[in-house]
Amino acid sequence: MEELKLLGAWPSVYCYRVIWALKLKGVKYEYVEEDLSNKSDHLLQYNPVHKKVPVLVHHGKPVAETSVILEYIEEIWPQNPLLPNDPFEKALARFWTKFEEDKSPAFFAFFRGVGEEQEKATKEAKQLLKIIEDHGLGEKKFFGGNKIGLVDLAFGWLSAWLEVMEEVVGIKLMEANSFPRLEAWNKSFKEDPMIKENLPDRDEMLPYFKSLREKLIASATT
Amino acid sequence: MAGEVVLLDFWPSMFAMRVRIALAEKGIRYESKEEDLSNKSPLLLEMNPINKQIPVLIHNGKPVCESLIIVQYIDEVWNDKSPLLPSDPYQRAQARFWADFVDNKVSGAAKKVWSTKGEEQEAGKKEFLEALKTMEGELGDKPYFGGETFGYVDLSFITFYSWFHAYEVLGNINIEAECPKIITWAKRCMQKEAVAKTLPDQKKVYEFVVQLRKMFVSE
Repeated sequence: MEELKLLGAWPSVYCYRVIWALKLKGVKYEYVEEDLSNKSDHLLQYNPVHKKVPVLVHHGKPVAETSVILEYIEEIWPQNPLLPNDPFEKALARFWTKFEEDKSPAFFAFFRGVGEEQEKATKEAKQLLKIIEDHGLGEKKFFGGNKIGLVDLAFGWLSAWLEVMEEVVGIKLMEANSFPRLEAWNKSFKEDPMIKENLPDRDEMLPYFKSLREKLIASATT
Repeated sequence: MAGEVVLLDFWPSMFAMRVRIALAEKGIRYESKEEDLSNKSPLLLEMNPINKQIPVLIHNGKPVCESLIIVQYIDEVWNDKSPLLPSDPYQRAQARFWADFVDNKVSGAAKKVWSTKGEEQEAGKKEFLEALKTMEGELGDKPYFGGETFGYVDLSFITFYSWFHAYEVLGNINIEAECPKIITWAKRCMQKEAVAKTLPDQKKVYEFVVQLRKMFVSE
């Protein structure tokens, strides 16, 4: 077995993306849970620049940054490809992965906002969801086409994480029938056996995100 | 592999410059269409409806957006000469990591240096110089970030060199004094024809940035 370790922290969606990729490819690895309030020497040694998770350590050599890790996994373990072969389609997949990355501050603003700021963030987040649904997903079953690809993993947080965030904030971004294709995608995504077995527990996430939102609101007002 | 190549361009954009260097390295003939970003062309809006930004590479009528994505696309399609990314997957991952660092840490901080003032600018300057020092540490004693040859990380970062004079004057900083190895590396890169022909004159960029700054800062 190749020596493969994943340093992660529950319930980081970035870490789950790496887990999903490894599971979908049937790659065995050792998972190491990091305490981000007390970072281990290993983490600081493997990711001295950002000091963040996830970090993939392959034969003792670290790879950091989620999108970089995913491209590495795709190259080392080409079975069940998560990226298209065609360079143009590949570029399109990378575009949407980057789009998710670039727009995540807007969703974060929705999560930690209050009052007028919250209203503005909600409006912006809904507009982004429309763009994602119309242009990213279109009429396809998955962002990757007929099967799950890296773009589905990038938007994977729209499954288990968004509903918890919505409950904690008290506002629904994806109201019933307002994003029918994204809803259908959500269902298909969660039904995949590898994804289904590897989603954080909702009842565990609720108190975590509730406490996180409280902390964020408190630090914004001090 | 050949076919029609069009680049939707903007001369001072360090992101568009990355694509121009890549195209030059590969010896690809293309048509550059200069965009007026205050009055975006119908072609730009059609080819990049989501972000409406340059650069956009249009290859046989199909658009590729985002500078580093375009560079990777060029490397994959024109794979017969001058590889930009390393062939080893681990080295490729390192190259992608550092190009990502340039985009996330260097770029954001650099913008604060020219587009803000007062305390915000001081914080931006500190962040920018720290990011440059981190790059300097990664470069080490190598001639290029890519090792013996100019590569993906060099390409991602060198385009910011054309803005250094603007950062220095507007931010009142001395990059050579703080990060001498970066300047040595930059001058080495400028010896390459693809880089020298692509990067605009630093004074010309400075004049452009002075005007651009007015849109962000009232002085």
